Amino acid sequence: MHSFVYRLNGLLTFSVTILAIMCAITSLSDNLHTPSPSAEIQVMNINWFQKQPQGNDEVSLTMNISADLQTLFTWNTKQLFIFVAAEYETPKNSLNQVSLWDAIIPSKEHAKFWIHTSNKYRFVDQGNNLRGKEFNLTLHWHVMPKTGKMFADKIVLTGYSFPEEYR
Amino acid sequence: MGWIGDTVDSVKSIQIRQLLTQAVSLGMIVTSALIIWKGLMCITGSESPVVVVLSGSMEPGFKRGDILFLHMSKDPIRAGEIVVFNIDGREIPIVHRVIKVHERKDTGEVDVLTKGDNNYGDDRLLYAQGQLYLQRNHIMGRAVGFLPYVGWVTIIMTEKPIIKYILIGALGLLVITSKD
Repeated sequence: MHSFVYRLNGLLTFSVTILAIMCAITSLSDNLHTPSPSAEIQVMNINWFQKQPQGNDEVSLTMNISADLQTLFTWNTKQLFIFVAAEYETPKNSLNQVSLWDAIIPSKEHAKFWIHTSNKYRFVDQGNNLRGKEFNLTLHWHVMPKTGKMFADKIVLTGYSFPEEYR
Repeated sequence: MGWIGDTVDSVKSIQIRQLLTQAVSLGMIVTSALIIWKGLMCITGSESPVVVVLSGSMEPGFKRGDILFLHMSKDPIRAGEIVVFNIDGREIPIVHRVIKVHERKDTGEVDVLTKGDNNYGDDRLLYAQGQLYLQRNHIMGRAVGFLPYVGWVTIIMTEKPIIKYILIGALGLLVITSKD
Protein backbone atom coordinates (compact mmCIF):
# COMPACT_ATOMS: atom_id res chain seq x y z
CA MET A 1 0.00 0.00 0.00
CA HIS A 2 2.99 2.26 0.42
CA SER A 3 5.12 1.27 -2.53
CA PHE A 4 6.46 3.83 -4.98
CA VAL A 5 4.06 2.75 -7.73
CA TYR A 6 0.95 3.17 -5.58
CA ARG A 7 2.08 6.59 -4.40
CA LEU A 8 2.83 7.72 -7.94
CA ASN A 9 -0.55 6.43 -9.14
CA GLY A 10 -2.36 8.25 -6.33
CA LEU A 11 -0.46 11.48 -7.00
CA LEU A 12 -1.14 11.39 -10.73
CA THR A 13 -4.86 10.67 -10.30
CA PHE A 14 -5.21 13.45 -7.76
CA SER A 15 -3.38 16.05 -9.84
CA VAL A 16 -5.31 15.23 -13.03
CA THR A 17 -8.60 15.48 -11.12
CA ILE A 18 -7.63 18.84 -9.64
CA LEU A 19 -6.56 20.13 -13.06
CA ALA A 20 -9.87 19.07 -14.58
CA ILE A 21 -11.83 20.79 -11.80
CA MET A 22 -9.78 23.96 -12.23
CA CYS A 23 -10.45 24.00 -15.97
CA ALA A 24 -14.18 23.54 -15.37
CA ILE A 25 -14.33 26.36 -12.80
CA THR A 26 -12.32 28.65 -15.08
CA SER A 27 -14.79 28.02 -17.86
CA LEU A 28 -17.78 28.57 -15.57
CA SER A 29 -16.37 31.92 -14.44
CA ASP A 30 -16.95 33.19 -17.97
CA ASN A 31 -20.71 32.95 -17.38
CA LEU A 32 -20.56 35.62 -14.67
CA HIS A 33 -19.36 38.20 -17.14
CA THR A 34 -21.76 40.46 -19.09
CA PRO A 35 -20.18 42.21 -22.06
CA SER A 36 -21.41 45.37 -23.83
CA PRO A 37 -19.80 45.62 -27.26
CA SER A 38 -20.64 48.14 -29.97
CA ALA A 39 -19.95 48.34 -33.69
CA GLU A 40 -20.65 50.36 -36.80
CA ILE A 41 -20.17 49.48 -40.45
CA GLN A 42 -20.40 51.89 -43.36
CA VAL A 43 -20.33 50.79 -46.97
CA MET A 44 -18.16 53.47 -48.52
CA ASN A 45 -18.29 52.28 -52.10
CA ILE A 46 -19.50 49.48 -54.34
CA ASN A 47 -16.35 48.97 -56.39
CA TRP A 48 -17.93 46.75 -59.02
CA PHE A 49 -20.99 44.55 -59.44
CA GLN A 50 -20.93 41.95 -62.22
CA LYS A 51 -22.43 38.68 -63.33
CA GLN A 52 -19.83 35.93 -63.66
CA PRO A 53 -19.66 33.69 -66.74
CA GLN A 54 -21.18 30.83 -64.67
CA GLY A 55 -24.22 32.99 -63.92
CA ASN A 56 -23.51 33.99 -60.32
CA ASP A 57 -23.52 37.60 -59.23
CA GLU A 58 -20.33 38.96 -57.72
CA VAL A 59 -19.80 42.25 -55.95
CA SER A 60 -16.77 44.00 -54.49
CA LEU A 61 -17.27 46.65 -51.87
CA THR A 62 -15.23 48.83 -49.54
CA MET A 63 -16.29 49.23 -45.93
CA ASN A 64 -15.42 51.28 -42.87
CA ILE A 65 -15.66 49.04 -39.83
CA SER A 66 -15.35 50.47 -36.35
CA ALA A 67 -15.97 48.58 -33.15
CA ASP A 68 -15.31 48.54 -29.44
CA LEU A 69 -15.15 44.93 -28.23
CA GLN A 70 -13.02 45.46 -25.15
CA THR A 71 -15.72 44.31 -22.72
CA LEU A 72 -15.74 40.85 -24.30
CA PHE A 73 -12.31 40.00 -22.91
CA THR A 74 -12.04 38.08 -19.62
CA TRP A 75 -9.06 36.56 -17.86
CA ASN A 76 -9.92 33.28 -19.59
CA THR A 77 -9.97 34.73 -23.12
CA LYS A 78 -7.23 33.63 -25.49
CA GLN A 79 -8.40 35.56 -28.52
CA LEU A 80 -11.46 36.93 -30.27
CA PHE A 81 -12.28 35.82 -33.79
CA ILE A 82 -14.47 38.40 -35.50
CA PHE A 83 -15.95 38.49 -38.95
CA VAL A 84 -18.36 40.58 -40.95
CA ALA A 85 -20.98 38.67 -42.91
CA ALA A 86 -23.60 39.86 -45.35
CA GLU A 87 -26.98 38.21 -44.82
CA TYR A 88 -29.79 38.29 -47.35
CA GLU A 89 -32.71 36.29 -48.68
CA THR A 90 -33.24 35.12 -52.24
CA PRO A 91 -36.21 33.46 -53.96
CA LYS A 92 -34.56 30.04 -53.73
CA ASN A 93 -32.72 30.37 -50.41
CA SER A 94 -34.28 31.40 -47.12
CA LEU A 95 -30.92 32.54 -45.82
CA ASN A 96 -27.56 33.32 -47.35
CA GLN A 97 -24.59 34.27 -45.25
CA VAL A 98 -21.37 35.34 -46.92
CA SER A 99 -18.32 36.18 -44.84
CA LEU A 100 -16.66 39.30 -46.21
CA TRP A 101 -13.85 40.01 -43.79
CA ASP A 102 -12.44 38.47 -40.65
CA ALA A 103 -9.73 39.18 -38.11
CA ILE A 104 -8.24 37.77 -34.96
CA ILE A 105 -8.02 40.09 -31.96
CA PRO A 106 -5.34 38.72 -29.66
CA SER A 107 -5.76 41.05 -26.69
CA LYS A 108 -7.94 43.71 -25.10
CA GLU A 109 -5.76 46.56 -26.38
CA HIS A 110 -6.49 45.63 -29.98
CA ALA A 111 -10.23 45.31 -29.40
CA LYS A 112 -11.09 48.93 -30.08
CA PHE A 113 -10.39 49.58 -33.73
CA TRP A 114 -11.31 51.25 -36.97
CA ILE A 115 -10.49 49.79 -40.35
CA HIS A 116 -11.05 50.77 -43.96
CA THR A 117 -11.01 47.69 -46.14
CA SER A 118 -12.42 46.02 -49.20
CA ASN A 119 -13.91 42.55 -48.80
CA LYS A 120 -11.29 39.93 -48.05
CA TYR A 121 -13.35 37.10 -49.45
CA ARG A 122 -15.23 37.14 -52.72
CA PHE A 123 -18.87 37.99 -52.39
CA VAL A 124 -20.45 35.54 -54.83
CA ASP A 125 -24.15 34.71 -54.79
CA GLN A 126 -25.62 31.32 -55.58
CA GLY A 127 -27.45 32.68 -58.61
CA ASN A 128 -28.02 36.18 -59.89
CA ASN A 129 -30.38 37.68 -57.35
CA LEU A 130 -28.45 40.62 -55.98
CA ARG A 131 -29.66 43.55 -58.07
CA GLY A 132 -31.57 45.97 -55.88
CA LYS A 133 -31.57 43.54 -52.98
CA GLU A 134 -31.47 44.65 -49.36
CA PHE A 135 -29.01 42.98 -47.06
CA ASN A 136 -27.85 43.07 -43.45
CA LEU A 137 -24.27 43.31 -42.33
CA THR A 138 -23.59 41.41 -39.14
CA LEU A 139 -20.47 41.62 -37.03
CA HIS A 140 -20.00 38.21 -35.38
CA TRP A 141 -17.50 37.42 -32.67
CA HIS A 142 -16.34 34.08 -31.32
CA VAL A 143 -14.65 34.13 -27.95
CA MET A 144 -11.94 31.45 -27.87
CA PRO A 145 -11.09 30.71 -24.25
CA LYS A 146 -7.82 29.57 -22.76
CA THR A 147 -9.79 26.53 -21.65
CA GLY A 148 -13.42 25.48 -21.75
CA LYS A 149 -16.61 26.60 -23.46
CA MET A 150 -16.58 28.88 -26.47
CA PHE A 151 -19.09 31.72 -26.80
CA ALA A 152 -20.38 33.46 -29.88
CA ASP A 153 -22.70 36.38 -30.51
CA LYS A 154 -23.33 39.08 -33.07
CA ILE A 155 -24.55 42.60 -33.82
CA VAL A 156 -26.93 42.95 -36.77
CA LEU A 157 -26.84 46.17 -38.77
CA THR A 158 -29.63 46.64 -41.28
CA GLY A 159 -30.39 48.98 -44.11
CA TYR A 160 -27.81 48.17 -46.78
CA SER A 161 -28.74 47.43 -50.38
CA PHE A 162 -27.19 46.59 -53.71
CA PRO A 163 -27.45 48.89 -56.74
CA GLU A 164 -30.28 48.25 -59.18
CA GLU A 165 -27.97 47.62 -62.13
CA TYR A 166 -24.62 46.01 -62.73
CA ARG A 167 -21.67 48.37 -62.88
CA MET B 1 0.33 -41.94 -16.74
CA GLY B 2 2.19 -40.39 -13.84
CA TRP B 3 3.34 -37.27 -15.73
CA ILE B 4 -0.20 -36.56 -16.95
CA GLY B 5 -1.34 -36.52 -13.34
CA ASP B 6 1.55 -34.15 -12.47
CA THR B 7 0.65 -31.74 -15.33
CA VAL B 8 -3.01 -31.67 -14.31
CA ASP B 9 -1.99 -30.92 -10.72
CA SER B 10 0.26 -28.02 -11.76
CA VAL B 11 -2.50 -26.55 -13.94
CA LYS B 12 -4.97 -26.70 -11.03
CA SER B 13 -2.47 -24.95 -8.76
CA ILE B 14 -2.56 -21.76 -10.88
CA GLN B 15 -5.77 -20.98 -9.00
CA ILE B 16 -8.38 -20.83 -11.70
CA ARG B 17 -10.62 -18.65 -9.55
CA GLN B 18 -8.04 -15.89 -9.15
CA LEU B 19 -7.29 -15.91 -12.88
CA LEU B 20 -10.97 -15.67 -13.74
CA THR B 21 -11.47 -12.82 -11.25
CA GLN B 22 -8.65 -10.85 -12.83
CA ALA B 23 -9.97 -11.51 -16.33
CA VAL B 24 -13.43 -10.30 -15.29
CA SER B 25 -12.07 -7.12 -13.67
CA LEU B 26 -10.05 -6.37 -16.79
CA GLY B 27 -13.19 -6.90 -18.86
CA MET B 28 -15.11 -4.54 -16.55
CA ILE B 29 -12.54 -1.77 -17.03
CA VAL B 30 -12.66 -2.09 -20.80
CA THR B 31 -16.46 -2.27 -20.89
CA SER B 32 -16.97 0.76 -18.64
CA ALA B 33 -14.65 2.80 -20.86
CA LEU B 34 -16.74 1.70 -23.84
CA ILE B 35 -19.98 2.61 -22.01
CA ILE B 36 -18.64 6.11 -21.25
CA TRP B 37 -17.59 6.59 -24.88
CA LYS B 38 -20.91 5.40 -26.33
CA GLY B 39 -22.82 7.43 -23.74
CA LEU B 40 -20.93 10.56 -24.80
CA MET B 41 -21.82 9.78 -28.42
CA CYS B 42 -25.51 9.69 -27.48
CA ILE B 43 -25.42 12.87 -25.36
CA THR B 44 -23.57 14.96 -27.90
CA GLY B 45 -25.31 13.48 -30.93
CA SER B 46 -22.01 13.21 -32.74
CA GLU B 47 -20.13 10.18 -34.05
CA SER B 48 -16.96 11.21 -32.33
CA PRO B 49 -17.64 13.51 -29.41
CA VAL B 50 -13.98 14.34 -28.87
CA VAL B 51 -11.41 15.03 -31.60
CA VAL B 52 -7.73 15.95 -31.53
CA VAL B 53 -6.52 18.90 -33.60
CA LEU B 54 -3.94 17.46 -36.00
CA SER B 55 -2.86 20.42 -38.13
CA GLY B 56 -2.01 24.06 -37.66
CA SER B 57 -4.70 25.35 -39.98
CA MET B 58 -6.71 26.92 -37.15
CA GLU B 59 -3.87 28.64 -35.34
CA PRO B 60 -3.52 30.64 -33.19
CA GLY B 61 -6.90 29.54 -31.85
CA PHE B 62 -6.41 25.77 -31.91
CA LYS B 63 -2.93 24.36 -31.95
CA ARG B 64 -1.87 20.84 -32.83
CA GLY B 65 -2.48 18.65 -29.81
CA ASP B 66 -5.56 20.43 -28.44
CA ILE B 67 -8.73 18.46 -28.03
CA LEU B 68 -12.15 19.71 -29.08
CA PHE B 69 -15.53 18.75 -27.62
CA LEU B 70 -18.16 18.38 -30.29
CA HIS B 71 -21.91 18.63 -30.16
CA MET B 72 -24.38 18.11 -32.97
CA SER B 73 -27.84 19.57 -32.57
CA LYS B 74 -30.66 20.04 -35.04
CA ASP B 75 -29.99 23.81 -35.02
CA PRO B 76 -29.18 25.13 -38.49
CA ILE B 77 -25.55 25.59 -39.39
CA ARG B 78 -24.58 29.25 -39.42
CA ALA B 79 -21.55 31.24 -40.50
CA GLY B 80 -18.75 31.44 -37.96
CA GLU B 81 -19.35 28.07 -36.36
CA ILE B 82 -16.39 25.75 -36.13
CA VAL B 83 -17.40 22.43 -37.63
CA VAL B 84 -15.74 19.07 -37.96
CA PHE B 85 -16.35 17.33 -41.25
CA ASN B 86 -15.32 14.34 -43.31
CA ILE B 87 -14.64 14.51 -47.03
CA ASP B 88 -15.81 11.49 -49.03
CA GLY B 89 -12.81 9.31 -49.56
CA ARG B 90 -10.73 10.78 -46.75
CA GLU B 91 -10.70 9.31 -43.29
CA ILE B 92 -9.20 12.15 -41.28
CA PRO B 93 -11.80 14.67 -40.06
CA ILE B 94 -11.06 18.34 -40.64
CA VAL B 95 -11.82 21.15 -38.18
CA HIS B 96 -12.51 24.47 -39.90
CA ARG B 97 -14.80 27.47 -39.71
CA VAL B 98 -17.92 28.03 -41.82
CA ILE B 99 -17.61 31.17 -43.94
CA LYS B 100 -20.56 30.83 -46.32
CA VAL B 101 -24.06 29.47 -45.84
CA HIS B 102 -26.82 29.01 -48.42
CA GLU B 103 -29.98 27.56 -46.92
CA ARG B 104 -32.73 26.35 -49.25
CA LYS B 105 -36.21 27.66 -48.63
CA ASP B 106 -38.07 24.57 -49.72
CA THR B 107 -36.05 21.73 -48.20
CA GLY B 108 -34.20 23.49 -45.39
CA GLU B 109 -31.02 21.85 -46.67
CA VAL B 110 -27.89 23.85 -46.48
CA ASP B 111 -24.77 24.39 -48.60
CA VAL B 112 -21.75 25.33 -46.56
CA LEU B 113 -18.25 26.56 -47.43
CA THR B 114 -15.46 26.28 -44.88
CA LYS B 115 -11.99 27.72 -44.37
CA GLY B 116 -9.24 27.29 -41.82
CA ASP B 117 -8.46 30.48 -39.91
CA ASN B 118 -4.77 30.16 -40.70
CA ASN B 119 -5.24 29.20 -44.36
CA TYR B 120 -5.15 31.72 -47.17
CA GLY B 121 -7.93 30.26 -49.29
CA ASP B 122 -11.15 28.41 -48.67
CA ASP B 123 -11.45 24.63 -48.49
CA ARG B 124 -12.65 24.00 -52.07
CA LEU B 125 -9.21 22.52 -52.78
CA LEU B 126 -9.81 19.93 -50.05
CA TYR B 127 -13.29 18.96 -51.15
CA ALA B 128 -13.88 16.09 -53.58
CA GLN B 129 -13.46 16.71 -57.28
CA GLY B 130 -16.23 19.05 -58.47
CA GLN B 131 -17.68 19.55 -55.00
CA LEU B 132 -18.33 23.21 -54.26
CA TYR B 133 -20.09 23.01 -50.91
CA LEU B 134 -20.50 20.74 -47.92
CA GLN B 135 -23.91 19.45 -46.87
CA ARG B 136 -25.16 18.63 -43.42
CA ASN B 137 -24.46 14.93 -43.81
CA HIS B 138 -20.74 15.65 -44.17
CA ILE B 139 -20.62 17.46 -40.84
CA MET B 140 -19.94 15.45 -37.71
CA GLY B 141 -20.39 18.17 -35.12
CA ARG B 142 -19.81 21.70 -33.96
CA ALA B 143 -16.90 22.51 -31.66
CA VAL B 144 -18.31 23.85 -28.38
CA GLY B 145 -15.36 23.65 -26.03
CA PHE B 146 -11.71 22.80 -25.92
CA LEU B 147 -8.84 21.71 -23.71
CA PRO B 148 -5.26 22.62 -24.61
CA TYR B 149 -2.37 20.13 -24.94
CA VAL B 150 -4.31 17.05 -23.76
CA GLY B 151 -4.44 15.57 -27.26
CA TRP B 152 -0.66 15.13 -27.54
CA VAL B 153 -1.06 11.67 -25.90
CA THR B 154 -3.18 10.54 -28.85
CA ILE B 155 -0.88 12.09 -31.43
CA ILE B 156 2.20 10.42 -29.96
CA MET B 157 0.45 7.05 -29.79
CA THR B 158 -0.71 7.33 -33.40
CA GLU B 159 2.58 8.48 -34.86
CA LYS B 160 4.82 6.19 -32.84
CA PRO B 161 2.75 3.03 -32.38
CA ILE B 162 5.58 1.37 -30.46
CA ILE B 163 4.70 3.57 -27.49
CA LYS B 164 1.11 2.34 -27.65
CA TYR B 165 2.28 -1.29 -27.51
CA ILE B 166 4.66 -0.58 -24.62
CA LEU B 167 1.87 1.15 -22.64
CA ILE B 168 -0.65 -1.62 -23.22
CA GLY B 169 1.94 -4.27 -22.42
CA ALA B 170 2.91 -2.54 -19.18
CA LEU B 171 -0.74 -2.09 -18.17
CA GLY B 172 -1.47 -5.73 -18.91
CA LEU B 173 1.55 -6.80 -16.88
CA LEU B 174 0.47 -4.61 -13.98
CA VAL B 175 -3.04 -6.08 -13.95
CA ILE B 176 -1.79 -9.67 -14.09
CA THR B 177 0.89 -9.34 -11.45
CA SER B 178 -1.12 -7.31 -8.95
CA LYS B 179 -2.03 -9.37 -5.95
CA ASP B 180 -5.39 -7.79 -5.27
